[in-house]
Amino acid sequence: MTHWFAFGLLISLTVFSCTDDEGSQYAATPAPLKTPLLFQELLSDPLIPVSNPQTVEGIALGRKLFYDPILSGDGTQACANCHGQETTFTDPLRFSIGIDGIAGRRNAMPLFNMAWNFNQKFFWDGRSSSMEEQVFDPIEDPIEMHNTAENAVASLQATNVYPDMFAAAFGTTTIDRTLVSKAIAQFERTLISANSKFDQSLEGTATLTPSEANGLAVFMDESRGDCFHCHGSPNSPLWTDNSFHNNGLDEIFTDRGLGEFTGDPRDFGLFKSPSLRNLAYSAPYMHDGRFNTLDEVIDHYSEGLVFSPTIDPLMKTIAQGGIQLIETDKEDLKAFLLSLSDPSFLSNPDFQNPN
Amino acid sequence: MKKVALLLLLVVSTMGCKNDDDNTASLVSVGFNFTHNWDENDIQNSDFETTQYINAFGTEQTISKLVYLISDITFTTAAGMVYDSGDFNLVDVREGTNLSYTPNVQVPPGDYAVSFTFGFDDEDNIDGVYPELNQTAEGPWGVPAMLGGGYHYMRLEGKYKDTAAMDIGYAYHAIRANDMNVTPLLLEDTSFVVNLGQVTVSNTTDIEIKMNVAEWFKNPNTWNLNILFATLMPNFEAQKMISENGAQGAFSLGIVTQ
Repeated sequence: MTHWFAFGLLISLTVFSCTDDEGSQYAATPAPLKTPLLFQELLSDPLIPVSNPQTVEGIALGRKLFYDPILSGDGTQACANCHGQETTFTDPLRFSIGIDGIAGRRNAMPLFNMAWNFNQKFFWDGRSSSMEEQVFDPIEDPIEMHNTAENAVASLQATNVYPDMFAAAFGTTTIDRTLVSKAIAQFERTLISANSKFDQSLEGTATLTPSEANGLAVFMDESRGDCFHCHGSPNSPLWTDNSFHNNGLDEIFTDRGLGEFTGDPRDFGLFKSPSLRNLAYSAPYMHDGRFNTLDEVIDHYSEGLVFSPTIDPLMKTIAQGGIQLIETDKEDLKAFLLSLSDPSFLSNPDFQNPN
Repeated sequence: MKKVALLLLLVVSTMGCKNDDDNTASLVSVGFNFTHNWDENDIQNSDFETTQYINAFGTEQTISKLVYLISDITFTTAAGMVYDSGDFNLVDVREGTNLSYTPNVQVPPGDYAVSFTFGFDDEDNIDGVYPELNQTAEGPWGVPAMLGGGYHYMRLEGKYKDTAAMDIGYAYHAIRANDMNVTPLLLEDTSFVVNLGQVTVSNTTDIEIKMNVAEWFKNPNTWNLNILFATLMPNFEAQKMISENGAQGAFSLGIVTQ
């Protein structure tokens, strides 16, 4: 008995002696991210703010909010309207249409694997520095959901459902902008895609066709595609550097991209590299959705590059207009890119509309 | 027995919050700061993409990216005692990240020959094993398997004026040299050790490591960007030339503060 008492006291002391006194009073049910084995092996841990841990209740709340048009100014448009699961959480329209019928000027970015965005810059122009911060951007954008944070919060507070859900998630029935952001960010962090044919080939459960395998070789070959510097490799399976580049689309910019946010002329015409995962479902392509097909995208890099002062040095064949791929390499590159598509992501019930 | 249990309790509860410094009062950490210049002209963020430098060949060039890896900072005493940090630091000059670094090694105060490895030597250059390099904040740092895998040593990019005064991108990327023309792939370790010289380490020592970027284009190989501007990774001879130029004075010891 004495030993057990001493042991218990020992455990208590060793635990409490290092306990952070600032721990929160309310604790929802922890829900660690289901990190795919491939990501566990190859990538650093996902970025989850200490102030916004993943919880069962927070994710459920965020998912409901993501699909609820209550967040828009007139109650007609949810986040999911422009970020649909069937299109890998992007919009098949070149420019999404807001609640007032006005079209935007950029293609909606697909949403997945964002917890591994290690530079924490979101949107095509990097204007948000966290997933929590980005949440209210479309809600308050006058040509998107055209609401105010105050009105969105008041609408949620007035329902019978949401105060209890916020209490379950965060320990308070008093809803505010911060908690809405936290909940949606939690849900968005669960949007993980890592089950493409190519992923399976790395795990030994699928085999690439000769065309797909040659496409990978083109992708990784500095003298042919040289795609890997910006779009990753089998060892960096996000298939994006999450960084910003001018990839030779325009001689004159009508959209300054990153430079519009930073004001730095060196950033004019730079846009975030999108992930190459799920390209089978995420057309149209580029920040402005100018290309409807992957063939057009590949043709751009092969023959369509144009010069502008901020063009990325990696567009090294600018003098020739591009990398001049032969037709079979183009076809194989496309086959490889499509092998990065993950159909299970589109049908994952955890991501579907709960309302 | 009760006394033993209580003693154990006291020891373990104390250890639960143990500071690593408790028993290492005689050992000190050493800080390193990385600075960059072009023939003694400091390179600041505002110089990227804007300042035109003239390299040893006489070509005008700018710098848009300068990211490099150093590893295995080592302190060696006159008696031959070696303290090797065994870790690495990825310096991104334009982004200003990791310009200050404290290697994971502590040494007794005293006099040391200080050195580091530019890039990874073959012992450390193992494909895919460093998650923080597989995907950094600015993207992947790996080398394609077809080129031998492992990691970049350096990515130095920018634009140069070609013979027609056109701005052309260059990608001066340093990796382990590989020759794809032979089977199996021939690899040659082109990382190199930089000996900074003798440094006296006290309780609060900071060491400046200077990189003169111009040296990468200067000595012993006068670099002609018109020919060697890109696709250098699969170029066996170019990688050896890059290594020779880097080892020939790109790095030097700067100010040591105590």
